[in-house]
Formats: sequence, structure tokens, C-alpha cells
Amino acid sequence: MPEKEKEEKALGLKLSPRLMELLARLQEVELEDFEMDVGDLEIWLQPGAVAAPVIAPPKVAPPVTAKPTAIIEAKFVTPVETYPGKVVEVKLGATKSEGGSRRKSVVIGGETAPAFYTFERSTLHPPVVTLDVFDMAVPLAKAVKMHVKDVLEDPAAWAKLAVEKFGADLVTIHLISVDPLLKDASPKEAVKTVEEVAQAVDVPLVIGGCGDPVKDADVFAEVAETFAGERFLISSITRDMDVERCAKFIKKNGHVALSFTPMDLNLARELNRRLYDFLPKEDIVMDLTTAALGYGLDYAFTNMERARLAGLMGDPELAHPMSSGTTNAWAAREAWLKMAPEWEPRELRGPLWEVVTALTLLLAGVDLFMMMHPAAVKTLKDITKQLTSGGSGDADKLAEWVSMKI
Amino acid sequence: MSERESKGKVGIRELSPIDVYKLLPRTNCKECSEENCMAFATKVVNREVSIEKCPPLLTKAHEKAYKPLKEMLKPAIKEVVVGVGEHARKIGGKLVMYRHEFTYFNPTAIAIDVTDEMPEEEMMDRIKKAEKFNFEYIGQTLKLDMIAVRSTSNDPEKFKATVKKVVENTNLPLILCSLNPNVLEAGLQAAPKSRPLLYAATKDNWKEMAELALKHNCPLTVFAPNNPKLLKSLTKTLIEYGVEDLVLDPGTFPSNGLTDTLNNFTMIRRAAYKKGDELLGFPLIGVPMIAWMEKGEAPEEIAKWREAYLAAMLIVRFADIVMLHDVDGWALLPNVILRQNIYTDPRKPVAVEPGLKVFGAPDENSPVMFTTNFALTYYTVASDIESAKVDAYLLVVDSEGIAVDSAVAGRKLTAEKVADGLKASGVENKVKHRKLIIPGKAARLSGEIEEQSGWQVLVGPRDSSDIPKFLQEKWQKQD
Repeated sequence: MPEKEKEEKALGLKLSPRLMELLARLQEVELEDFEMDVGDLEIWLQPGAVAAPVIAPPKVAPPVTAKPTAIIEAKFVTPVETYPGKVVEVKLGATKSEGGSRRKSVVIGGETAPAFYTFERSTLHPPVVTLDVFDMAVPLAKAVKMHVKDVLEDPAAWAKLAVEKFGADLVTIHLISVDPLLKDASPKEAVKTVEEVAQAVDVPLVIGGCGDPVKDADVFAEVAETFAGERFLISSITRDMDVERCAKFIKKNGHVALSFTPMDLNLARELNRRLYDFLPKEDIVMDLTTAALGYGLDYAFTNMERARLAGLMGDPELAHPMSSGTTNAWAAREAWLKMAPEWEPRELRGPLWEVVTALTLLLAGVDLFMMMHPAAVKTLKDITKQLTSGGSGDADKLAEWVSMKI
Repeated sequence: MSERESKGKVGIRELSPIDVYKLLPRTNCKECSEENCMAFATKVVNREVSIEKCPPLLTKAHEKAYKPLKEMLKPAIKEVVVGVGEHARKIGGKLVMYRHEFTYFNPTAIAIDVTDEMPEEEMMDRIKKAEKFNFEYIGQTLKLDMIAVRSTSNDPEKFKATVKKVVENTNLPLILCSLNPNVLEAGLQAAPKSRPLLYAATKDNWKEMAELALKHNCPLTVFAPNNPKLLKSLTKTLIEYGVEDLVLDPGTFPSNGLTDTLNNFTMIRRAAYKKGDELLGFPLIGVPMIAWMEKGEAPEEIAKWREAYLAAMLIVRFADIVMLHDVDGWALLPNVILRQNIYTDPRKPVAVEPGLKVFGAPDENSPVMFTTNFALTYYTVASDIESAKVDAYLLVVDSEGIAVDSAVAGRKLTAEKVADGLKASGVENKVKHRKLIIPGKAARLSGEIEEQSGWQVLVGPRDSSDIPKFLQEKWQKQD
């Protein structure tokens, strides 16, 4: 299949110089340690110190039959299952004709099978990536900072860079400066920042708060009203906020709620139920909390996998598209810490940490990734493209791998 | 052996201790060192002990009970042993498709390749790297597992000489890779009785490979890229031939074939777990190394990067072995940690024992610090104190297994708990000062801790890697 090969080659070539360019730039950076707030990230981890039980191999005597002389054909039936549930489709962003100002909107969700079980169902809407932009200087890993150092004080320029150079499908503007413990910026000032970002890029926006439940509600209310009809994703609505008030201004002004809970499916159901009193299901995305690789990723993975399977099996309270704060990967010290030489360079280890965290959760069913490092974003996007482009493996070529010379 | 597509084994969830108990001798003899047969049955169902720990059950008298018990407890994915003796590695033996349904056993084995045309120095260096690889993580040492010896020459003598060198230099279990049975046979002569995994039987060479596997008592890989039907037919044929220990390679494809890779791995696992298809109930092997086939003129880092993320996806999606080429720490580290995370038992609590831990040889002037009993927090702090070689006391406070910042926010770590922990630890009799260094992330508890405990609080660093620096700057000055 020359066509396919050509395509593969093109993809390979496209990635190589791109990633290398990124990697090359990574090397130049001077290295220092940094500190990163994990914020409300909750972490648990299981000690794996329990030895797997010894299961003796079964002692079954081989059947006394004549040895076959030709391959015995066996039937293989594709093990397809049916699922009573379906993940709701949620539209993010609104175009002019839809009442907003975005060039196009993005639809996530709609799954009728587990993530990338494409032998059952092809993927309806490929997962998308939103890049983090902050409205004031925040501590960033050096490996990340180097890519955005020229735009750190300018959210609009930062957003432009994220979309035009790093390929972001959406942009998250984190309104950190409204935090009463930091700059305590007013909702009006926050609106101004959002306005600048909305002018600079035409992708759908995610509006991030500072984590203070009272202040965030005030800021979100102001932003929601000013940008009525834009279908911004309001990130996030938590249990300790005035849920009724938030849901009402989100509904009234045509936005979408990100329902955030700390790694507990019962809490996720409960918060979603409270939102249902005011919002249609199509206006809710859920975030079940992302812990970094090595720092509770097992919990995040299993939680999301369970939620998705439950949703497909007919639990409507969990049948929402899932968002992941994959940037939390950088909370792992192994992502940014200078380690002994055998683990270096951290300029590669760090973004790979984010990639591995993202891919693990991609396979659990995440629809929207909030990410940080350009190389990690690029890789995730390439992989989702490969997984949704209907490509296929060349078995004859693969057989040669055993004797390939590296 | 007949095909039993719809046999439907008892799901792991449905298996109750009573089912096992009914078949036990029920004499409460305590030879298994459990209180009674019911307690033993419970542990068996939880896979904490094997039924072979019940001596009476293994006697002739209980033969009739042993067999059905064995069948009842049989995992959907057969357990296969590669290698011999203390270095043997078990793969497969899995009971469930999703880890939350029970837990996964036998973490994905990671194999590093060498070839029969590699300069000797390079080969030795790679073997040494594979052997020496270790990373301390929450009280465990994460390691690599196997060496895959590939024949790129297709020359039996060359392969034999290489395998000989390899077995002389490592105890790690081997995977011998060539599609040419003559080459594999030569390799086996150099590694007699070491039970390597043979790679691989195909539609063209299956008979010769089966003979080799039987003659040398080795597990055998079945390789049928992108063709589950052929894979299953070959498995059926080989089982009929008498080969019992099989490993399946449905093909690892990079780039545009990634969809097929995930589909094949997933379909095979689902057929084994949900449809009771015993012909596909064998361990799966993934080959992230194929990333190097597409390397072209690109720099090595690109191939390493792709190989690493392919490995990650396969560790998550059911691979029991992955074969890798790259031995760089930056690429291996995320994967050994991912493997640990995915194979962690979700049924077990997350904490270490609270109490006072002693580092070095502290005296009455040594610093006293505290942290939480979240396993990862504790081991991180402990390793930082150890590597700083300071003499100190570390009080582990019960935060119900939650990290410092989350525990403070969730009221799982309170001033009262810290004060109680201090008192109970008896550290008051061990030091003459009353200064407690608290985690930077618990800074907001400072006032309350001082009030409740009567100790003076020094707010320590937010990351424990700064403990040595902190002690040098702040503690030295104290005295």
C-alpha cells in the first residue's frame, strides 16, 4: 500500500523536525529547580508492596492425540458488546451563527463504547487539547517556561502562541490574579483579560478560576454575563461553591459547566445531580481529578475508567465527557527535578512524564486534555489523529522486525 | 482439547469463600497457619495464598476436591514462567480485564534487546545496564526483567556464540528471537535448561518451533500480526501438538497501525475474559521496539520518545511483556513507574505505619520533623533525609494515607493529631529541645500546633528535597 506508506512517512517527517526543534531548544535552557503548587489536587497512592500470590501452573496432562500436521482452523468472532448508555455530546464554543464569536465550535463526548475500542465503534469525536495560559506570572517548570518565556506577562500573546504554534484546539485562561490571597483582581479586570484573549484567538475558551469558591463564583458570573452565548467552559464548579447560583448564570448566558470533584465517583454523581436541577446534561463536562504519574495516577486512571464504563452501562450521572488537568503531571518531582546523570536529561523526562500521564488517561476515556508542554501536546495530538484516521498495520512489513538492524 | 467459547468461568467477583470452603478438608487443622478452614478459604479467594498451602488437600484422599478447586481458581489468562530458579519470571496469570474488578498480577515484564551482530562491548554494556537498572520508589526497587537476544545475522553459529556470551553474563531470563528454527535451536544449545521464551512460531514455521519448545521445555510465542483468527488457529494447533505454555504476539504497529495494535490486544483480552475463550487466554507480548523501524534519518531521540510512549500504552492496554531497545533512564523511568502504578493492588490501604522513625544516630540536640503516613510522601521524605546523611527523628502522623496538602485541606491532618503523635512517640524524652520542623505545605497549622503541643514550630521546605539545605541553614543556627 504505497499510499499508506507515503502517509506514514509524511507523519513521521512532520513530527521529527518539530519535536527535534523543541528538544533542541530544551537543551539550551539553564536549569534550576522550581516549585509548583498542586493546588486542590488530591493524591492517594497504593503501596504495591504486596507480593502477587503464587499460582502454581496447572498440571494438566497433554491430550494423547496424534500431532497435527497442518494448521487447525479456529473461528474468531470479534467480541463486540452492546452498551445501554451513551456519553452525552457537549459543544464547546459558539460560532457567530450559533450566538458567539468563535471561528468554530468543538464537540466532545458521544461515546457508545470504551475509549478506542474501534473494533466495536469508531471514535465519534476525537479528544481535544486545551493549553494553559495564566493571567499573571506563576511558577512553571523550566522545561515548560522556556517555550513561553516571551509571553508570560501577556495572556493574549500567550494564547496566540498556544493556538498558532502549539496547535491548541482550545485555550484555558486561568484567572489566578483574582485570588484574594494574591492580587485580588476584580471581576471587571478578569473580564478585561478574557476579552483580550477572546480577541486574540478564535478557538473556544475555557475559563479557569483561582480556587476560592466565593471569589470564583463572582468572577465567573461577570464573565458569563459579558460573554453570553459563547459556550465557554467554566472551570470549575465545585461542591463548596454556590452551585445553584453558578448553574443559573451558566444556563442563562449559554455556557458549559465543568463539574469538578476530588477522586470520588459518588461525589461526582452528587454534584452532577445538583447541577441537573438547573442545567441540561449537554451543558456539563466532568473532571474527576488527575493525579500525576507516580503520584496517584493509578487512582485517577481507575476512577475515570470506572466512570466511563458505568456511563456506558447506563449510569446517566457519569455519562458525561471527561476533562483531565494533565498539567498536574508536572507536580511529580521526577518530571522537573534534576536527578542523577542516568535519569537525565530532564528536558526529555519532563515532557515524557506529561505524555505518559496523558496517554494513560486517554485510554481511560478522557475527552478534553488540559496540557502544558508543546512536545507533549504535539505527541498527544499525533496519536489521537493516528487512532482516528482509520489507518491499518502492514503485517508483512512488521514480520521483519525480528531481524531489523538498529 | 475442544474449543469452549461459551464456557463462562465463574467471574472473580462471584467466587465466594464458601465455594472454596466446601471443597476444603474442613478439619481446621491449622497446618496452613490460619485459624480455620474458612479463614484459609477467604485468603484463597483473595489470592493471598495458594491452595497448595493446605497440606491435606494435596494428599491422595482429597484428590477429588483439589482438581475442581484448581479449575475454579484458574485465571482467565494462563500464568507462564520464563527462566528457571530464583531468576524465573512469571507473566500473565491475570484474573480480570480491568484492575478495579480485582487487581492485576505479575507486572508487565520489560525486556531489553541485544543482537548477534552487535559489537561485544555494546552488548555487554546493554546487559549491564539492564541488570543494574534500579529505582527506589515507595519502598520498592523497580527493575528490568529480561534480555531479548535477536538474530539479525540469521546465522546459527553466530547466534549460538552470542547466546553463550549472554548466559555467561546475566541471570536475567531470556527471550530468543528469530523466525528461523535452525537459528533458535543453535541458541538453545548455548542456553540448555534455562527455559527461555522462544520467539516466534508463525504460520510458516510452527511445526519446527513446536518441536523445539517440547524438546527444551520452553514457552513459545505465537506471532500472527494483525490476524487474530490465524493467531487463534495457531494456538489451537500448538496446543494439540502438546505445547502448553504460549505467549501471544498479535503485532505491535506504530503510527497509522496503532489502531490495529490497540484493537488486537483489546479484542484478545476481551475474548479471554468475557467470552471464556481459552485459546486466547495466554499472556500478550508487545514490541514497542518497532518504533525503531520507522526511524529513518531522524535523530535517535525521536525513536526513543516513540518507543517510550508505545510502551506506556501497551502497559496500560494489557501487555504482559514489552520488548524495548532504548536503555536511557529518562525514557525507562516513566514506564517502570507507570507499571508499578497500574499493577498496584487497588484493594490495599495506602498508608505506612504512623510512629517515630529514626535516621542515622540522633542525639538530644537532633532535629525533629514530621510528615504524613501517605506512602509516597513518607518514602520521598525518608529518602531525602537518608541521602542527606543527617541524624534526625521523623514523626509519621496518621493522615489516613493522604498527602500533606490534601490532608490539611480535608482536615485529615490536624494540630491535634500532630500533638497526639508527638506525645505518643516519646520523642520528648529523646531530645532536650522543643522545636518541631513541619512540612511547608502544613504551614497554616503552625499556630495551632504550637498551642496544642507546646512545641515551637519551624516551618520547613515545601519539597523535602530542600530538607538538607534547610537543616544546614536553619537548624545549625538554632544551637
